[in-house]
Amino acid sequence: MNTPTTVPTNVPTSAAANVPALDIQGLHLRLPGTARPVLAGVDLTVAARETVALVGESGSGKTLTSRSALRLLPLKATTQGAVRVAGEDVLTMNPDQLRRLRTHTAAMIFQDPRAAINPLRRVGDFLTESLRLNAGASAAEATARATRMLEAVGLSAGALRQYPGQLSGGMLQRVMIAAALMGDPALILADEPTTALDVTTQAEVVGLLDDLREQFGTGLLFVTHDLGLAAAISDRVYVMYAGRIAETGPADALFNRPRHPYTAALLNSTPRPEAPQGRLAAIEGQPPSIQEELTGCPFAPRCRFATEICTERMPEQLPVPDEPSHLVACHHSDQLAGSLIDA
Amino acid sequence: MTTELVRRPGLARIRLSRTKPGRSWLYLLCLGFLVLIVLLALLAPWLSPHDSNAVDLGNALAGPSGVHPLGVDGSGRDTASRLITGARTSLLGPLGVVLFSTVAGVAVGLAAGWRGGWLDSLLSRSTELIFAFPGLLLAILIVSIYGEGLTAPVVALGVAYLPYVSRLTRSLVLAERERPYVEAYRVQGHSGLQICLRHVLPNIAPVVLAQSTINFGYALIDLAGLSFLGLGVPALTPDWGRMVFDGETAIQSGYPLSAILPCVMIVLTVVAFNVVGERWADQVARRDR
Repeated sequence: MNTPTTVPTNVPTSAAANVPALDIQGLHLRLPGTARPVLAGVDLTVAARETVALVGESGSGKTLTSRSALRLLPLKATTQGAVRVAGEDVLTMNPDQLRRLRTHTAAMIFQDPRAAINPLRRVGDFLTESLRLNAGASAAEATARATRMLEAVGLSAGALRQYPGQLSGGMLQRVMIAAALMGDPALILADEPTTALDVTTQAEVVGLLDDLREQFGTGLLFVTHDLGLAAAISDRVYVMYAGRIAETGPADALFNRPRHPYTAALLNSTPRPEAPQGRLAAIEGQPPSIQEELTGCPFAPRCRFATEICTERMPEQLPVPDEPSHLVACHHSDQLAGSLIDA
Repeated sequence: MTTELVRRPGLARIRLSRTKPGRSWLYLLCLGFLVLIVLLALLAPWLSPHDSNAVDLGNALAGPSGVHPLGVDGSGRDTASRLITGARTSLLGPLGVVLFSTVAGVAVGLAAGWRGGWLDSLLSRSTELIFAFPGLLLAILIVSIYGEGLTAPVVALGVAYLPYVSRLTRSLVLAERERPYVEAYRVQGHSGLQICLRHVLPNIAPVVLAQSTINFGYALIDLAGLSFLGLGVPALTPDWGRMVFDGETAIQSGYPLSAILPCVMIVLTVVAFNVVGERWADQVARRDR
């Protein structure tokens, strides 16, 4: 994009350590039969060792954004922009490079481990197969690494010989995480990794992911619609709405001083146990359909600050005064300068 | 997964009861029967009491006796020995048909379902072309070109049965490739071919094998039918279908035993294969639920 980027971590240099794990620049993604791009100019970076949360409601494009890092895109999607994983552009790779990327550089943790692991194969086969077949490792090397990774996620080596059906959901998600770490990736994408788990297991898995990110020095992109979880785990947060980044910034700034009405409304509608009984707060209306052309701000029809300019001109992403890493795309962000949360 | 196996109307509709215990003894009985038949076929040279081709015209059409427990046929050949030895060709033929149609059908179905696009259209249309042509007619055509023998009808029926397997495989692959584990393997850097052969194929194999078991019964009927028409195995080979054909004249003379017994064997074996095949298919369906 031509807007000057002011995110300080986003300075790609030749030194490998400073290359961001994931760097998405101006990603546009179109699907056939839609009136507007599903993703319209998404900029997103994940530095090495950084945890970044991508939040948004269903259909906001957060899953597509994260999948673009592995080029797991719908068949007829057309893209514009750049998606660089550890400095290499994913969108222009040939099949061999893409396989190498998927084996070594980037890994993904799926929502439902029970569905994402082949039920007919032992856990050991599942973990080692990629290294043995695609990286040419010997069976002994691969098994040794699998054992180390299983221990890193808190499982014993005995799990290698078990079938997925013999493990609980939480244990299977640990296996999934171990599998993601097998290729020593620079980037891990976690697409709602805790949605299919119960609450106590969720906490364990999230804590584990955070430990491992630190230990292995990987960047972690955490896709979720759970704002509390995003606040707890991440360094920076991106809030997506209708295929655009509505607001981004450090987790505490964004959750304590939201500048986009959508972020504020999302935070407001988080159920709180201490709140008085009654209806849960919700954002009125529906997100814009993919069949609608957008001229102004996509959130305008649901926004209580909306004025004429909002329906006429798309707001640009601009830094919040005195907070260079806090960017917001809203014409009226100054109206939210005072804390609206907990009001 | 809701995959319906291809069943011909009538035959496979024998369901004594929906309750599990009722089906269980029938299944065990049929399985036991099949094991018995296979053992008979394997051990035929040692088990048959007489030479199955020893002709004793003076004794033709004699009823059951101590020497010939199931009587003899119009040429005075021992029926029991012919039934036991005949089990070999009667089972070997359908085995060939099933092996051929399963291997080729799975290959075609995998390619069509996994690759999709123009290849899918090409393969699906071609196999439907085979569907449009009755299998028995195809077999008669090929036999009339290549002459009597077991190979020609087996290959012909193998081709005729291929679409049943390939269609089933294709639909299973289409359902399987949408499952998240396939994508999880893709993310790990596996190529499509690896995922397809190492993971999708084992996952769909049980259903395909259940279908092939049912096909075995049908192939047995079709081959026996060809033999009955005099187009299958050569004249002197003991074979159940051929025995029905040979016993035809004996029925008219009022000695039906030598023709009825092979009929009974064919019917029982086919029913047994159907029951066992359906039971396996049910078990796979229950596992997936």
